[in-house]
Amino acid sequence: MSTQTTRWPNQPNKPRLCDVRSHLLSRRTLLSAGTSGWMLSSIAHALSTSTESTQSDPAKPKNVIVLWLEGGPSQLETFDPHPGGIYGGDTKSIETTVSGLQISDLLPQTAEIMHHASLIRSVTCKEGDHERAIYNLKSGYRPDPTLTHPSIGAILCQADQSGADIPRHISIVPNNTPGRGGFLGAKHDAFKVNDPASPVPDINRPVSESRYERRIHDLYSIVETEFKRGRLQKMERDRTLHQSATDAALKMMSSDQLDAFDVTKESIQLRESFGDSPFGRGCLAAVRLIESGARCVEVTLGGWDSHITNHRLQSAGCKTLDPALASLVNLLKERELFESTLLVCGGEFGRTPNINPAEGRDHWPHGFSLLLAGCGIRQGTVHGATAAKPKLDPNKPIVDIENPVTIEDVHATLYTALGLDPHHEYQTPIGRPIKRSEGKVIKEILS
Amino acid sequence: MQRLQQFAISIARWTWFGILLLLAFGYLASGLSTGSRPSLSQSIDSFFDKSVTQTPIRVGADQQATDPKDQANSGQTSIEHAVASVNQARNKHLNSLDLQSAETANWLTICRRLSLSLVGSGLSLEEIRDLERYPEGERERRHLQNLLHDSRYHQYWAERWTRYLVGTDGGQFIAYRRRRFRIWLTEQLSENRPYDEIITDLITAEGLWTDRAEVNFYTATFDSNDGKADPIRLAAKTSRVFLGLRIDCLQCHDDFLGNVNLGDANEIREGKQTDFHQLAAFFTGAKTNFLQGIKSGTADYRYQYLDEDKETEVEPNVPFHTDLIPEQGDPRSRLAAWITHPENQQTARATVSHVWAIIFGRPISESVDNLPLDQPSHPILNILAEDLIKNGFDLRRLITIITRSDAFRISSRADFPITKKHEAHLGVFPLVRLRPEQVAGSIIQSSRIKKTDRESSLFLQFQKLTGINEFVQRYGDQGEDEFDLESVTITQRLLMMNGKMMRESIESNPVLNTSGHLGMFAEDDQMVIESAYLSTINRYPTPDEVTQFSNRLSESTNRGDAIEDLMWVLTNSSEMAWNH
Repeated sequence: MSTQTTRWPNQPNKPRLCDVRSHLLSRRTLLSAGTSGWMLSSIAHALSTSTESTQSDPAKPKNVIVLWLEGGPSQLETFDPHPGGIYGGDTKSIETTVSGLQISDLLPQTAEIMHHASLIRSVTCKEGDHERAIYNLKSGYRPDPTLTHPSIGAILCQADQSGADIPRHISIVPNNTPGRGGFLGAKHDAFKVNDPASPVPDINRPVSESRYERRIHDLYSIVETEFKRGRLQKMERDRTLHQSATDAALKMMSSDQLDAFDVTKESIQLRESFGDSPFGRGCLAAVRLIESGARCVEVTLGGWDSHITNHRLQSAGCKTLDPALASLVNLLKERELFESTLLVCGGEFGRTPNINPAEGRDHWPHGFSLLLAGCGIRQGTVHGATAAKPKLDPNKPIVDIENPVTIEDVHATLYTALGLDPHHEYQTPIGRPIKRSEGKVIKEILS
Repeated sequence: MQRLQQFAISIARWTWFGILLLLAFGYLASGLSTGSRPSLSQSIDSFFDKSVTQTPIRVGADQQATDPKDQANSGQTSIEHAVASVNQARNKHLNSLDLQSAETANWLTICRRLSLSLVGSGLSLEEIRDLERYPEGERERRHLQNLLHDSRYHQYWAERWTRYLVGTDGGQFIAYRRRRFRIWLTEQLSENRPYDEIITDLITAEGLWTDRAEVNFYTATFDSNDGKADPIRLAAKTSRVFLGLRIDCLQCHDDFLGNVNLGDANEIREGKQTDFHQLAAFFTGAKTNFLQGIKSGTADYRYQYLDEDKETEVEPNVPFHTDLIPEQGDPRSRLAAWITHPENQQTARATVSHVWAIIFGRPISESVDNLPLDQPSHPILNILAEDLIKNGFDLRRLITIITRSDAFRISSRADFPITKKHEAHLGVFPLVRLRPEQVAGSIIQSSRIKKTDRESSLFLQFQKLTGINEFVQRYGDQGEDEFDLESVTITQRLLMMNGKMMRESIESNPVLNTSGHLGMFAEDDQMVIESAYLSTINRYPTPDEVTQFSNRLSESTNRGDAIEDLMWVLTNSSEMAWNH
C-alpha cells in the first residue's frame, strides 16, 4: 500500500515521545523519599489514577459513542466535498439543515441532522500508516514503545467508576483495534462483542445451572482455599482479584442489563431505520447500552481504505454509515440522551486530494474531517477548512488548511466536552507523568 | 468387456483414494509424525500407572554430554560456582534487610516454573511421568536440559525476544517481515548463538528483508519514516533493549530533573538532547535501496535542537564510555563494536535484566529496561552480567545459572507471613500472572496427556496454533507491555469459564482430551483425580481435595460429566493462571 504522507525532517521540534511540561517529578525526587522506587511508583500510580470526580450529574452521567470508520474515510466523499474541481472526483455536494453547509451527496440522511452536529474539517496528524494512526486517533498520543496510552473510553470509565453489571467500555465489531486501557490497566480495556445479531460471547453457561454452581463451589471452597494457604497475605485483594473478577463475571451472566445487547427488543421499524448491517445494529445497541449503564461504546465500520476505485468503496461505506448515523442522533434526542452523550464519528486519517491511476485515493493525514455531536458540543458549526485546489507542497503539506487542529487538540476538546480536565496528569507505571492530553481545546466548537 | 474394464479402473481409483484418505486421517489424528515415540494406544494407559517402567522419552542430560558447546563451557564446576555466588548475594541482601527466606519448593513446582518460563506452558503428564523415573535429585536438571534443547523453547523465546526487539505491530506491508525475523531468532536460539553476535548482526544488518531476516530490525521502523529506517525509533530502541537505558526524553530536550544521567562512570553528568541525536545519527548510515534493501553508507543527520534557530549537522557519538568506540569503520559497525565491547557492561546488564524478567515474569529491579548508570544495580544482576561477559554471552548458561539459583527454587509459600517486600527482595518466589499465551498454552497442554510440540501430529499443532491465537486475541494481548502486574479482568474470566477453547479442552473427547483418557484408562477415582491435578496445575492433590472430588465422582450419575467438572475447576483456578 502506498502512502502519500510527508514527513518533514526534524522541522517541528514538537515533543514526540514526551513533553518538557510533563515532567513534574523526577526519579531522583521519588527515590530520595526514603523507600524503594518500586514501592513508591506503585503507590504514586495508584494515587494518580484514583477516581477523579467528574462534573456530571450522577443521575445523568456523561457518555461517549465513537463511530469508528476504520481504513481512512475520504473527507471528499463524506463531510468535505469539493465537487467540480480537479480533485473533486465523482462526488457531488448537497445542502444540509445548516444554512450554507454542504456535505457529500452520499450522506443524504446525515444532511438532515447536521443542525445537531459540528464538523471539524481541518484535522491534521503526523501518522500515515494505519496502525500508528489508529493508535494516534484513539489515544491522542503517537505510538510510544515505552508505554500504551489509554483510549477515551478507558479514560472516561477510569475517571468515574460508578458501577453497572455489564462492562462500561464496549467495542462492537472491533476488528483488531478496540479501545485499550493502556497504562490505566487492562480492566479498562473495551469489552469486545460482535454483530449484535449474535449472542454476547462467552456469556452463556456451557452446562446446567446446578452443575455450574457445583463447579463454582468446588473452585472457591477447595482449590482456591488451598492455593491461598501460606502464600502472600491478602492475596485476593492485593494481587489476583480472582474471586472478585469471577463474581463480577457471574453477576454479568445473570444480569437483566444483558438485554441491552439484544436489539431485537426494539421495533422492526426502528431497527430498519439504522440499516440492515452489523454497524447499524451496533449503533442501535450503543444507545441501549448507554441507557443500561455503559459509558463508552465504540462501533466500528471498516472498508474505507480505497486505494483503488475510491468512489465505489466510499459510496458503499456511506451507504451503511448514513442511515445509522442519522438514526443514532435522532434516537439519542428522542431518549433524552443527546445532551449527556458525546458522539464522535471519523477514522484514522483522510484520503489524498489527487486521484491515483487506479481511481483510488491514498492516505492523507494533512486535513481531514471529524463529526462531533451531543454532550458539550455546539450545534450546526464548522471549524476549519481545506482548499479546493491545495498546493500539495510536500514540504508544507498543511499550508492550505484553515485553522488546522491536531489530534491532541481534538482529544483536549473531547475531554473538556465531557467535563474532564484535559490536562489532568497521570503518574504512569514507568514513573513518567503523562497528561490526559497535550492539546489545546478548540473552544469554537464547544457549547 | 470394456464396461468391465472401466468398472475395474473405477474400483481401483476409489480404493486408492480411500487408502490415501485413511492414511491422511491416520497421520493427522493419531500422531504418525511422532517418530520413535510409543503409539497412543500402547502408552496412554501407562501414564496413569507409575509402576510401569518406560524408556525415558528424551534424556536431556545425555544430549548435554554430546553437546560440544556445553562441554566447552567446562560446565558444571563453573556453573555451580556462579550459582553459589548468586545465592551468596541473595542471602547477604536478605540479611541486610532482616528478611526471612522461604524453603526450597518441591521439584514439581520448580519444573512447572521451568516449563512456563522456557516453553510457555505447564508440564504434560507425559513429562511428569518420565521425570518420576529418575531419582528426585536429578529431575530438575534433567527437565532443564530437556527444555533447553526443545524446539518449543527456541520458538517461545524467539517470539518473546521479537516483541522486545521489533514490537508487535505489522509494520510496513511491503518491506517488513516479522515472521521471517522471528524464525531467524528461533534459529539463533537453537544454535545457542552468542548474544553479542546477534546484536552485531542486528546493528550492522545489510541486504533485503526477505533474504537477510535481521534487516527487519530496520524495516520495522519504515512505517514512521516514509519507507526509510527511522533513526529516532532505532536510537530509542537501542538504548532500551541493548543498553538498558531509557533516554527517550532526550529526544526533545536536555534532562533537567535528574532522570537520565550519562557520561563516564567516574564523571556522571545529566543527559543532553545531543546524546540522543548523536546516537540516532549512527543509524542514518543505513541507506535504503528498494532493490538491494539496507546498505551501509556514511551518516548524514541534521537536527534542529530545542531553542536553536536552525538545523545543525549531528556527528555520530555514543552517550557514555566514549573511550570504547573504535575510531575507524562505518558508523553502524563502530556502534555495534561499542555496544558489544566487554568493558561496556551495560549491554550485559540489559541482557541479564531481560532474561531474568522472562524467567520470573517480573524484573529484578524497578524496570526491565531502565538500569541507570548512576544507580547501583541489584548485586545479583551484576554477578550475572560479569559471568555473561566472561562466558561469551552464552544465553543457555545464563538461564541455567538463574534457574538453579535459590531465588528461582524457593517456595512461594512460607511458615511466616509473606509480604510484598519478601517478593520484591527474593525472600519468596513471587506470584506472577501468566501472560495470555502462557494461559492458552497451559490450557491446551493440560488437555493432552502427551506434550504438544513439533513432533505432535500436524492436526494438534494446527489446533494449538489457531487455538492460542484466537484465545489471546480475546483474552487481550499485552503487546510490548511484557511485564506488567495486572490483575485478571471480567472478559478473561468469562473466556475461561465459558469460552470455546475451554469447552473443547475439557470435554470428554475419547480421542484427544485428557478428560476422555482419564475416563477410559485411569484405574480408580484416586488416579483420575491425581492425573487431572498433574495435567493441569502440575501438583498432587491434598488428601482433602482427593476426598472432595472422590465424593463428586461417586455421587455423579455421569462419570464423564464429573471428570469434565473437575477439569473445569482446576483450569479455572488462580493456581493455573499464576506462576507461583
